[in-house]
Amino acid sequence: MAVSESATETVAAGPPPATTGFIGWMRRNLFSGIWNTLLTLVAAYLLFVIIPPVASWLFIDAVWSEAPPETCKAAHGACWAFIREKHRVIFFGRYPFFEHWRPLLGMGLLITMVMASCFRRFWRPWIALVWAGGLGAFFLVMWGGAIPISYRTAAIAAAAVALVIGLRQSNGGMRSLMLWLALLFAALILAGGAVIRVLDAVVKELFGVDDALAPLAGVWFEIPTGLSFVPTSLWGGLPLTLLLSILGIMVAFPLAILLALGRRSKLPLIRMFCVGYIELIRGVPLISLLFVGSFLLPLFLPRGVEIADLARAQVAIIGFSAAYLAEVIRGGLQAIPRGQYEAADALGLSYWQKMAKIVLPQAIVLVIPPIVNTFIGLFKDTSLVSIVSLTDLLLSTKDMAIGDVNWRAFYAEGYTFIALIYFVFCFFMSKYSQYLERQFETGRRKRR
Amino acid sequence: MEPIITMRGVDKWYGQFHVLKQINLDVQAREKIVICGPSGSGKSTLIRCINRLEEHQRGQIIVDGVELTNDLKHIEQIRREVGMVFQHFNLFPHMTVIENLALAPIWVRKMPKAAAEERAMQMLKRVRIAEQAYKYPGQLSGGQQQRVAIARSLCMSPKIMLFDEPTSALDPEMIKEVLDVMIELAREGMTMLVVTHEMGFAKSVADRVIFMDEGQIVEQNAPHEFFGNPKSDRTKLFLSQILGH
Repeated sequence: MAVSESATETVAAGPPPATTGFIGWMRRNLFSGIWNTLLTLVAAYLLFVIIPPVASWLFIDAVWSEAPPETCKAAHGACWAFIREKHRVIFFGRYPFFEHWRPLLGMGLLITMVMASCFRRFWRPWIALVWAGGLGAFFLVMWGGAIPISYRTAAIAAAAVALVIGLRQSNGGMRSLMLWLALLFAALILAGGAVIRVLDAVVKELFGVDDALAPLAGVWFEIPTGLSFVPTSLWGGLPLTLLLSILGIMVAFPLAILLALGRRSKLPLIRMFCVGYIELIRGVPLISLLFVGSFLLPLFLPRGVEIADLARAQVAIIGFSAAYLAEVIRGGLQAIPRGQYEAADALGLSYWQKMAKIVLPQAIVLVIPPIVNTFIGLFKDTSLVSIVSLTDLLLSTKDMAIGDVNWRAFYAEGYTFIALIYFVFCFFMSKYSQYLERQFETGRRKRR
Repeated sequence: MEPIITMRGVDKWYGQFHVLKQINLDVQAREKIVICGPSGSGKSTLIRCINRLEEHQRGQIIVDGVELTNDLKHIEQIRREVGMVFQHFNLFPHMTVIENLALAPIWVRKMPKAAAEERAMQMLKRVRIAEQAYKYPGQLSGGQQQRVAIARSLCMSPKIMLFDEPTSALDPEMIKEVLDVMIELAREGMTMLVVTHEMGFAKSVADRVIFMDEGQIVEQNAPHEFFGNPKSDRTKLFLSQILGH
């Protein structure tokens, strides 16, 4: 038949020339019409104007070797000798120079734990213990000095033990008893001092003995570490930025889940509290929260209670990000069809089982991209702590490196360098989010 | 004998809309009831009140000796004993078939995981779909998904099964495989309340057919009487509409 003959001919002849290969690709994508051709030409011109000078500043004319500032001033390109000279203070801020191995070790520890946690096969309950141990080791090596053992340490240990025992119990009554105990000990970590003072007053009232329990409130004994003590006010640079971001993400995320669930709760009091918190926090800039934490909060704390600058900034970052994340997660919750809730209800699952097993796993997967978006925002927002005089990566670069009179001219190099560092971490997060999406996509969403 | 479900003077409103009007219904253990009626007549709402997916506002519902009130303990106790199959299956898409089945026995009945999965496999064999155990729901056909949903309910060893239009979202060629499973279940003596338009199923399986309209039970009777000798005009009209072509 004529038709099939001509069809065979076409197949044999192959596609018309210049629709495949490099030229075909160019035709389709760059020169497919007058406007596209024009845009291509304009873009090409702009690249031609921008790339050569940037490349020669960054690479070709740059000073790469160790050199004094005078050599750099004579050169036309970037002064990477500046970074060579100052990289240690950029990375570690005001941390004592000869102890830099400690923040380096701590930073390595944090990065290793983050990397390991990225693998799905490590997503087991024991990874929480690894993190607890790793963070403990981080603070140990960063602080050094002697480890004070006080009611607070005891309460932390007791809460951890009760939590582990509670989670391993299969008996419902025992389990909830242990979990309540854990919560009680956790409350003591924060309010132990006040509790001891109240007990003290009671003892005085009953037996007339002054300050019977006061010794409990102080440090019981100390374990020396053999390292010199470095207070958190001297911590700085990249380890500080990483610590603020990682702890921020780890604490803000579960908090945000509770806030999101609370906002959809049937109980008016819980709902109002969550709505109020989220709207209030979202309504103010992070900077103002940092100021409140640093300057206002100490005025309201009872005498004798001191919280380090670092902790106050950390709390502000956590509280701020949690409010944003809560709204992102709420978006995910709303996308879950009602049938899923009903099926879980009909099977007799409790509220928390329904949320933990059915609703949240689906809701969170749906909102991975905006969650990671918030994480990236949080990571970069940690640079705002510089205004409450914490020497994070940005401030260590500005004050410690560029602040050096001899090198003052090379601020562009300094900022370019840390921009690159910020970019590497953010790019990693973005890529990891895409990987996660692919992981959860496979097999599951293939609907009819 | 004490009925396993008792509804006395049950009223329910959606806002101003009176969806259930003075419902009185006793269901005996092992009884199979088919509920039919035009859409919007309240038949789905009726069975959804039995496991408290919907709340009734007046009257009394007693299931297996436990009265449904706002008491969460009672609600969870009843839900453990009452299985439900939905029109749109409502399988959990992020879990494999076997995980869907073992979930409630593990978390609600506190069964060890191995025992729960063994029971899940038995139930999958019962609905003839054991070979799909490790797939995700999204990879199955509608009929297969609905059979998985039935098996998921059976894993909890319920005393009562509620079916809310189990075949109306299925392609015609898949309806039979689901009905076959339901017929088998009925033969084994399960107490069943089925909202459906499958009149063949009603004729062959039901002990009683209930016709609802505008929130009321208009007529109820054994199937041969119901289909052969309907009493009210509304029932006659309804039957002529769904059987008469």
